[in-house]
Amino acid sequence: MIIFEYFFYPGILFALVVSLAVSWIDRKVSALVQWRVGPPVMQPVYDLIKLMKKETLIPSGASPVVFLLAPAFSFAALGLVSLILFNSNLYASGFIGDILVVVYLLVVPVFSLIMAGASSANPLASLGASREMKTALSYELPFILALGVVIIKTGGALDIGEIISVQRLSGPVIYSLSGIIAFAVVILCFQAKMMQVPFDISEAEQEIMGGAIIEYSGPPLGFFVVSRWMLMALLPLLAVILFMGGIGSFTGVIKYIAVLVIAILIKNTNPRLRINQTLRLFWGPVTLAAAAGVLLALLGL
Amino acid sequence: MSKEEKRQITEIPIGPYHPLQEEPEFFRLKVEGEKVVGLDIEIGYNHRGIEKLAESKHYDQVLFLVERICGICSTSHPFAYVNCVEEICGLDIPLRAKYIRSIVGEMERIHSHMLWLGLAGHFLGYNTVWMWCWKYREPLLELCEKLFGNRQHYAMMKIGGVRRDIDNAGGSAFCREMNLLLPKLDMLQKAIEDDPVLRARLKIAGTLPKKEAVSFCAVGPMARASGIDIDVRRDEPYAAYSMVDWTVPVRTEGDVYAKTMIRLEEMRQSVLIIKQCAEALKKAKGDISVQIKEVPPGEGIGRHEAPRGEVFHYIKSRGGTVPYRHKIRAPSYMNVFTNEYAVVGGTIPDAAITLAAVDPCYCCTERMQAVDGAGRQVYTSKQLIDICREKTFSMKRGKNK
Repeated sequence: MIIFEYFFYPGILFALVVSLAVSWIDRKVSALVQWRVGPPVMQPVYDLIKLMKKETLIPSGASPVVFLLAPAFSFAALGLVSLILFNSNLYASGFIGDILVVVYLLVVPVFSLIMAGASSANPLASLGASREMKTALSYELPFILALGVVIIKTGGALDIGEIISVQRLSGPVIYSLSGIIAFAVVILCFQAKMMQVPFDISEAEQEIMGGAIIEYSGPPLGFFVVSRWMLMALLPLLAVILFMGGIGSFTGVIKYIAVLVIAILIKNTNPRLRINQTLRLFWGPVTLAAAAGVLLALLGL
Repeated sequence: MSKEEKRQITEIPIGPYHPLQEEPEFFRLKVEGEKVVGLDIEIGYNHRGIEKLAESKHYDQVLFLVERICGICSTSHPFAYVNCVEEICGLDIPLRAKYIRSIVGEMERIHSHMLWLGLAGHFLGYNTVWMWCWKYREPLLELCEKLFGNRQHYAMMKIGGVRRDIDNAGGSAFCREMNLLLPKLDMLQKAIEDDPVLRARLKIAGTLPKKEAVSFCAVGPMARASGIDIDVRRDEPYAAYSMVDWTVPVRTEGDVYAKTMIRLEEMRQSVLIIKQCAEALKKAKGDISVQIKEVPPGEGIGRHEAPRGEVFHYIKSRGGTVPYRHKIRAPSYMNVFTNEYAVVGGTIPDAAITLAAVDPCYCCTERMQAVDGAGRQVYTSKQLIDICREKTFSMKRGKNK
């Protein structure tokens, strides 16, 4: 049963379908903002099929095992996150997953990127890996502080099912002042987690040509690309779960798409920051805001 | 020395194939972590022997040859070239031709700066600016196609005048389009001035002080952003530039922000020049070109303020139908090397936008691509030219101007 759930519904396969749709929404909304037409609905599928058919090249000097395992780790971890998040939404009770597990699993894609960059034997890739490390260091602290707000507001719930059911009973976290602050912080952190502008420093196409994934081609690249799409699908879902009580009905879907569109709009209305500016932003104002959110939550606001 | 050896210096290649600059230039960044400590510039991948070719072509043919030096500056080189040949001949062109030449030159400046602004946005990862700028550029190119016959490579210049006339309706079309452009420029300027993230990226980045700008012989917007008040159009007037009111914007900061603002202000000045020229054109009667029999022996210098800076053409004539020596200096040739100073000491992201802020020439005017397969038609080059002409004529016929 658990194997079926992990591989098909609501695990990897389901998450794949959702992330393909989400990636299409991303491209379509971006296109509309930029006065373009945008791709057809099936375009992400075609892209993925094309990547899967291409040859896999391993650079000489790279460590093949690490090089090939990195995308697989990233993909597998996100499949598990998808299983936990969607299952919590479906059943919303009983022990399905812990928020801390999700936090840990969401770090796995970051580590796989660093592994990928470090094992590629390419100066640009190692630069991308070091940038990715710095970005991750900068956003994890405010992200966990903002999670603290949710945990305090839901009366110490760590289980995701409980976080959802508490909010369904006593109103979403975002209806409070501390909830709004934490939500804003989480949206910013997720933008960095999704590697979107203004925080896509680690792959900056125009500077370091994709950074850590520069040497990847064919199916391994496909797995990285899908991992990114899955992050893009799962992180707004996590935000909806943490702050709005999850997706239970049609309005839940609308909330989900609204959070997604906010992320896409941030991406399309900002230039890329420098790495030192990112660090200063997250450790300065954003961490302070998150800490203020925690204090307000403790005061019951 | 031992300390020198311990430093971990990595080389980051930018070019000849790189998403940042799709043209054959090679920048070898030497970086320590994120900090750029050295820069090697290699150019000369694309030597086409234009100067030598010019020595084997008739003066009128050289005009078309120099037009092909650059896709975006497709009027600047002919402009400088005709200035040069007319100096040898001691020719004064008709008033009407002067106004038309200025209009063509300024149209090119506007669309070139618009293209740069869009690309600058793209290099910062701000693709929305890219798409919007290029969308605003589109009506200008269509106007060029309607009135000059092509989006690029209009071939308007001719020794002794211009090739095509602009009638009164055409002049009004220019005024109308310029009035439509002004609010867009205001919007773009406001967007850049008010965006804290953009300011954080552009200010201080790639600063080129006046002293360095002088020693590198920077020209055009690069020089004017560093406080050097030069502009060939004002300093050595030609065409109609001395007959209209306009100013040369100068800033002293020398960073990428100043370069952006200079280019925005220049577009605004170009709008002023075009509007005045288009009005004056309605009153200026007469021919658009004078006949020229032959080019006498002698030397000539032709200069034009291209969007990227001063274009310089030198021709030595020994009589006859072909130039004896033709020397060309394009503005990018001077400006690209300012990077050696501006990039070093900054970070890699700064380097990317600083390298782009020079606005090196791009040759990217491809119009159409035919795809084989699935029963689709494949066009020959002849058919493509016919389609292109058909479109231009239909644009001219429909909603005339």
